[in-house]
Amino acid sequence: MKPAVHCRNIVKTYDTDGQKVTALNGVDLDIATGELMMLVGPSGCGKTTLISIIAGILDQDEGRCELFGEDFLAMSNRDKLNFRAINIGFVFQAYNLLPSLNAIENVSVPLIINGMKRGAAERKANDVLEQVGLGERVQALPSQLSGGQQQRVAIARALVHSPRLIVCDEPTSALDHKSGHNIMNLLKEVALHHDRVLVIVTHDARIFSFADRIAEMDDGHIVRVTDAAAILK
Amino acid sequence: MGLTFASLIMTQQPAIFLGLMARSYSFISDVGLPDIWVMDAKVQFIYDIKPLQETELYRVRGISGVQWAMPLYKGLLKARLSDGTFQTCNVIGLDDTTLIGGPAVMLQGKLEDLRRSDAVIVDIDGAQDKLGKPPALPGGKSSPLKIGDDLELNDRRAIVVGIAKVTRTFQSQPVVYTTYSRAKSYAPKERKLLSFVLVKAKPGQDPAELSRRIRDITGLAAYTREGFKALTYEYFMNNTGIPINFGITITLGFIVGTAIAGQTFYNFTLENLRQFGVLKAMGASNLTLLRMILLQAALVGSIGYGLGVGLAALFGYSMRYTILAFKLPWQLLIFSGTGVALICVIAALISILKVIRLEPAIVFKG
Repeated sequence: MKPAVHCRNIVKTYDTDGQKVTALNGVDLDIATGELMMLVGPSGCGKTTLISIIAGILDQDEGRCELFGEDFLAMSNRDKLNFRAINIGFVFQAYNLLPSLNAIENVSVPLIINGMKRGAAERKANDVLEQVGLGERVQALPSQLSGGQQQRVAIARALVHSPRLIVCDEPTSALDHKSGHNIMNLLKEVALHHDRVLVIVTHDARIFSFADRIAEMDDGHIVRVTDAAAILK
Repeated sequence: MGLTFASLIMTQQPAIFLGLMARSYSFISDVGLPDIWVMDAKVQFIYDIKPLQETELYRVRGISGVQWAMPLYKGLLKARLSDGTFQTCNVIGLDDTTLIGGPAVMLQGKLEDLRRSDAVIVDIDGAQDKLGKPPALPGGKSSPLKIGDDLELNDRRAIVVGIAKVTRTFQSQPVVYTTYSRAKSYAPKERKLLSFVLVKAKPGQDPAELSRRIRDITGLAAYTREGFKALTYEYFMNNTGIPINFGITITLGFIVGTAIAGQTFYNFTLENLRQFGVLKAMGASNLTLLRMILLQAALVGSIGYGLGVGLAALFGYSMRYTILAFKLPWQLLIFSGTGVALICVIAALISILKVIRLEPAIVFKG
């Protein structure tokens, strides 16, 4: 069976002040459904570029990257938007919640983008917020929530439309140890399904134990992909 | 704030402009009865008096379709006040018998009182201000001219028998009504003193058609009331700097409003660029984001427009008893509303371009 994420020979070069900088230089990566994959490595090694390409918000210069059998490069812009809206959820390091919307409205956004009516979207958002333990704070604005609570709202937003890929960028780096562990437990319990892929970019060695596999990156390459259990040993 | 400012300037300044322009023909508006004004062919506007011979009045009366034709004197004469100072007045001489062309609103006295010896009627603004009696003691308050007081017009006595309400004119000089024959005696001796012939068309007679007939037969200029207003309005539009001055102010209001609103919108977009990126990453199309920005522009625009128009209306209301001209017809609200809408669209466009070009990958940048 074909993996959910199937990348071959991905090359991405940026033009910075007239200088070519190669962010990814021939990356191969496969991720199966039901798997939690962590991308780790030093700053500037290409982790963020790789998840941007996997999530279809950045185009590679060379190579082929398929997500659930679909190649973003072969899609029109509109198809790409629709595919992202339906199939991908995002969790960001800085949460990136819309500051003027309360928790339930923030979580409703992906559903509304997918064409759901506001009332129905808010009912579903309420259910997901209860799932992540924020049923009592649905009316709170992001500024009224702690960092851990804001990340829970962000996770609820990433899950609410039942996407098949969830991409997390440093989801615990702004949180203390306990909150970070709580968030990872939540992601593993609520987000990870047998038909869903979870890709997490992180520097945070405290959460490596939650991964199924860890891809170590350096200088635009994946230098090693190992089972987390083996690394932890 | 920028939109409020622009809305205020784009409503208030044209309102003052329209008020001023309306004053240019306010005397024609006030003289309600006649359908047609007949004058020398070279007259360019209401204050451009080129007197006619008295015989012209009888020629006009003889034209078919004319129900009646009455003389009107209009001229600037100096009135000597009780303290010896002089004040230029706009003297209107009405037909002795019918008093056609007199003020529509009498505040004190009656129009018929003009038939009394040396009688004049003075407008309320002139009576209270420029024709007011000087204070009895130095530093005291001047008192308004009232019925029974007298003036001196060209060394001849004039007794106030009434106070009238007239629309302020462009010249803002006191208006003094008297009879045609008495006005001629006040005016300096000239061979011709008839300023206008006021004509009423017979029932069923088209005034425009009658005007053409009067022109053809007499060689004089003849305009319907609206035509004469338009002639006067056009003269001021084409021969004074008023429209240019107001046009510059309105344009500046538009430019400053656009600059402030555009800058504010753009700053807002820059501050929220990451949020726009998040929405794009989640699958929101450029069209959706464009609609969001336009909706926001419309909301901000509506608030700014409402505040600006409200302030302009408040300004006009608070100035209603002053010399300031102010006219706020509904068409002006559409004008300023269109201006504000245009500013919003321009300001939103600057932001929209930034958002359309935005790469959603920005969301993963630190």
